Amino acid sequence: MATGRAPIVEMKNIEKHFGSVIALNGVTVEVYPGECHCLLGDNGAGKSTFIKTMSGVHKPTRGEIFFEGKPMQFDDPRDAIAAGIATVYQDLAMIPLMSVSRNFFMGNEPLRRIGPIRLFDHDHANRVTMEEMKKMGINLRGPDQAVGTLSGGERQTVAIARAVHFGAKVLILDEPTSALGVRQTANVLATVDKVRKKGIAVVFITHNVRHAMAVGDRFTVLNRGTTLGTAQRGQITPEELQDMMAGGQELVALEGSLGGTV
Amino acid sequence: MSDTATGDERVKEMSGFRKALIRPELGGIVGTVAVFTFFLLFAADSGMFNAQGIMNWSTVSAQFMIIAVGACMLMIAGEFDLSVGSMIGFAGMSIAIFSVTLGWPVWMAILTTFALCISIGALNGYIVIKTGLPSFIVTLAALFILRGFTIFFPQTIERRTIIGGIDDAAEGDWLAPIFGGEIGQPIFVWLADLGLIDVFERGNRAGEPVIDGIPMLIVWAIALVIFGHIVLTRTRFGNWIFAAGGDAQAARYVGVPVNRVKILMFMFTAFCATVFATCQVMEFGSAGADRGVLKEFEAIIAVVIGGALLTGGYGSVVGAALGALIFGVVQQGLFFAGVESSLFRVFLGVILLFAVILNTYIRRIITGER
Ligand SMILES: Nc1ncnc2c1ncn2[C@@H]1O[C@H](COP(=O)(O)OP(=O)(O)O)[C@@H](O)[C@H]1O
Ligand SMILES: [Mg+2]
Repeated sequence: MATGRAPIVEMKNIEKHFGSVIALNGVTVEVYPGECHCLLGDNGAGKSTFIKTMSGVHKPTRGEIFFEGKPMQFDDPRDAIAAGIATVYQDLAMIPLMSVSRNFFMGNEPLRRIGPIRLFDHDHANRVTMEEMKKMGINLRGPDQAVGTLSGGERQTVAIARAVHFGAKVLILDEPTSALGVRQTANVLATVDKVRKKGIAVVFITHNVRHAMAVGDRFTVLNRGTTLGTAQRGQITPEELQDMMAGGQELVALEGSLGGTV
Repeated sequence: MSDTATGDERVKEMSGFRKALIRPELGGIVGTVAVFTFFLLFAADSGMFNAQGIMNWSTVSAQFMIIAVGACMLMIAGEFDLSVGSMIGFAGMSIAIFSVTLGWPVWMAILTTFALCISIGALNGYIVIKTGLPSFIVTLAALFILRGFTIFFPQTIERRTIIGGIDDAAEGDWLAPIFGGEIGQPIFVWLADLGLIDVFERGNRAGEPVIDGIPMLIVWAIALVIFGHIVLTRTRFGNWIFAAGGDAQAARYVGVPVNRVKILMFMFTAFCATVFATCQVMEFGSAGADRGVLKEFEAIIAVVIGGALLTGGYGSVVGAALGALIFGVVQQGLFFAGVESSLFRVFLGVILLFAVILNTYIRRIITGER
């Protein structure tokens, strides 16, 4: 799916050091429009650090970032958002006490002029929110329903819908499914699929191989701050991915002793 | 919680009662009705509800309202300001020293004091943001520092802690009446002519209505409540206030300038305290080093009665105004009813406890926690 097109984001030999900790040691990844690029790795592998260099939270210690073919430097998350890179963080996606509509437009409030003053256009916000939620398959009681009453999966979905509505070209999801149940996970994965079909590049972080296999077009495995390469869908089996994540042979041995249950 | 997207049979339709509960003003509305019912039943003949009585508790409520609006918006933005009371004393003393001791025109003293106090508010906010310390601690320090200076300066300069003569200095000033004046005098003359309000029977003001006009203090209170309510519920900035207090990190990730919002709210709180102080100084004609003691807590209590959560991200300016009204009515009502005034504090403590428990319950309903 990705072949023959130019990558929208190229991360070349990214290194990130936190003092003496080398969190990333030369990671190269290309992300294409319309693909779901899965980033796999065990806890502490450096996945979050890596995407934070992409979304402007961290500055890479070394390495280059190209966005739409041009070298890019993000000084803070707002630069990345402005360029079209949106990130949905697992537990920081939404504010529970605020309504869905206020959350949806947080930071992008629509305005309506009344003489010299500009007011928050609640009618517009409410209407768009209801429409977008319907498209994503979430039935709200009303646009003023608090986000706190939504399930974890629905919150992720609202955050994704928000990013898409505001023109994200690259959508980064940091472990959106790791705290969700089976049904909620299925909903989020279905949402990822819809988003990808719109031509948006999705970077999907997970340490669950089955979730990755369900939607991924390409898979990059991170292990202790380095990448073990990127594989196309169909070129790699779930078992191989699982092995790469564990960094080689240990899991094979473990799997043997557990009778293939891992 | 629902797991599926469409038509989950387990999502109960929310009852009208629970829906009403989710309004932050609910506690304030119920409390206001209860308090008025109580005093109408038990103190109706005390003079509390004649023109003078109404003006009396309205003025006291308006005082609470002015500082409650600032405290409310700051609390929704996720921060506290414990230095409000000290700021009131400090601002009043600043006006007195500039105008009386230094002989500046009163308008200049007032404007300089506003600039000074709003800068101190900004500094409070800046320190909170830069250090990441709880605003509770930072403004507790400001509480002591400001109160200390409020006593130190008049002591050192004038060898006393009360400076009078501001009323004389304010004679003919263009800005002073905006804080110390009254409006609507003709309306009260007209009402008196119609016999709707009493007139003085004897003395040198015989024939004049018992109320001259509406003090600017009340006008300021109403204006600030309307301003705060509109900003909070109808503007982009209002959404940022909720977001900054609801979850600062989540708000930052979508580009809300959280630091700016918080610092501006500290400045607004300082502005409200200075309005309060200026009105008070113009009314009394003097500034005292002990003015405003405990006001920060009264403001916070009014805000909490008004339905705001101490943890930020939720609340209502209208609710806070009702909280302030409850305060004013009860404090003056007990006075009219001849109840020992110390009982007012007992009342405050009890109602605060109830309000916090109610708010916590409401929060659970909203966020679906259990
Ligand atoms: N801000 C930071 N300061 C110091 N070390 C960090 C910081 N962020 C991440 N690390 C370290 O970098 C490594 C990779 O972390 P992270 O990217 O969060 O892993 P993952 O998301 O794959 O679980 C870990 O060893 C972690 O302790
Ligand atoms: Mg992580």
